[in-house]
Amino acid sequence: MTEPIIKIDAISKSFGTFQVLDGLSMQVMPREKLALIGPSGSGKTTILRILMTLERIDAGHIAIEGEQLYHMPKNGGLIAADERHLTKMRQKIGMVFQLFNLFPHMSVIDNVTLAPMLTKGVARAAAEKRAMELLDMVGMSEKAKAMPAQLSGGQKQRVAIARALALQPKIMLFDEVTSALDPELVEEVLNVLWKLCAETDMTMLLVTHEMGFARDFADRVLFFDRGKIVEEGKPDELFRNPKQERTQTFLRKIIAAGHRV
Amino acid sequence: MIDWSGYLSLILQGAVVTVQLTVMGSALALVMAFLAGLGRLSRFAALRWLATAYIEFFRGTSIFVQLFFAYFVLPFAGVSLTPLQAGVLALGLNVGAYAAEVVRGAIQSIGKEQYEACIALNLSRWQCMRRIIIPQALLVMLPTFGNNAIELLKATSVVSLISLADMTFQANIVRSQTGNTLFPFTTILILYFVFAMIITFSMRALERRMARGLDGVRN
Repeated sequence: MTEPIIKIDAISKSFGTFQVLDGLSMQVMPREKLALIGPSGSGKTTILRILMTLERIDAGHIAIEGEQLYHMPKNGGLIAADERHLTKMRQKIGMVFQLFNLFPHMSVIDNVTLAPMLTKGVARAAAEKRAMELLDMVGMSEKAKAMPAQLSGGQKQRVAIARALALQPKIMLFDEVTSALDPELVEEVLNVLWKLCAETDMTMLLVTHEMGFARDFADRVLFFDRGKIVEEGKPDELFRNPKQERTQTFLRKIIAAGHRV
Repeated sequence: MIDWSGYLSLILQGAVVTVQLTVMGSALALVMAFLAGLGRLSRFAALRWLATAYIEFFRGTSIFVQLFFAYFVLPFAGVSLTPLQAGVLALGLNVGAYAAEVVRGAIQSIGKEQYEACIALNLSRWQCMRRIIIPQALLVMLPTFGNNAIELLKATSVVSLISLADMTFQANIVRSQTGNTLFPFTTILILYFVFAMIITFSMRALERRMARGLDGVRN
């Protein structure tokens, strides 16, 4: 039997007095495409941020490919991970943000080549060749010399995806990557995600409000509410016959708000 | 009728000293500003302390006293400086303390999403600072750096008090030799103003150059 690529074991996280996650456990299998849905404040984005080491956990354990993310072995026990361990673990993970977070003072291609050159010692020529392939895949190779401020939101997000891919992560985290886009630009980004799904064997975790996309794209959907997984299942089951009342209420609200399901 | 040309060249000799002091003092101030500004943001408490102590001390005491200290007191500790060295040291350390707060403020003005992108791309803290944060913060610093440089230019006149022959020192000489105040002081008034304008316009040009592309307009 294959081992899960991500194993989350009883993690908790509070921001001040607000407990976002309370003893959450879940597993993700290699190559799995997972959609995380739920109302805002339910903790779904926090999970991605924790996996990317942007937030620390208060309790619990996370293993990536069997190796602890926030802990490292010492004298037979586990101690808190240091920066070096985190750096090693981050190589397995990439993230795309809701607001793109491109580097505004660098051209598109420099945004994509910077991290491979600095963190993996890739030579400029090789990094640029690879960047052009990636930009080509996301349909942005013609804008390689442009500055981020010259691009539309959808274009920026496609560059951000290429930038994350340049480090060849095994796990990609997508945090509401279409939420900040004008409706007519959503599709160009979703098309890129489809392509990634078809052409790579990355594990993908997707926090999204695009229910129609989540249904077609995901192998499994997790519905979060108040820091807990209320319901999970194959998209068809969960969207057609939600068993929990909270899931039903949430989906009704989403449909009323005009989202396709 | 006095022949002013000889006196004018005397003042211009002083102007050269003023320019030297301004350029070297600014260079030292810039280095100190980054050292102390980054020090204030350090993870290490000792560095934060050291930076804060430097900034508060040099902002909290008069440049006049600092200059006298550098020139007249340091020799007792075995450090003898020429008037020019003492002037550059006092000016650079003094203005550097103000500019350090500019560096700190500008770095803190860069959004947290840029740091998060750095972490997601696995850049080290230093790589993130050097390649992502400081280049963006520099643009925020430039206008205030311009102010600091002009402040420094004007503060150079205090070095005349340790008998370094800058523009103000020479103007005083001319005044005492000719008994005329209007000519030497109008001349240096204009010269200070022209130098300040040069700083202003260079900073603006630099700012425009650095902002290129950030606003979506191709230059």
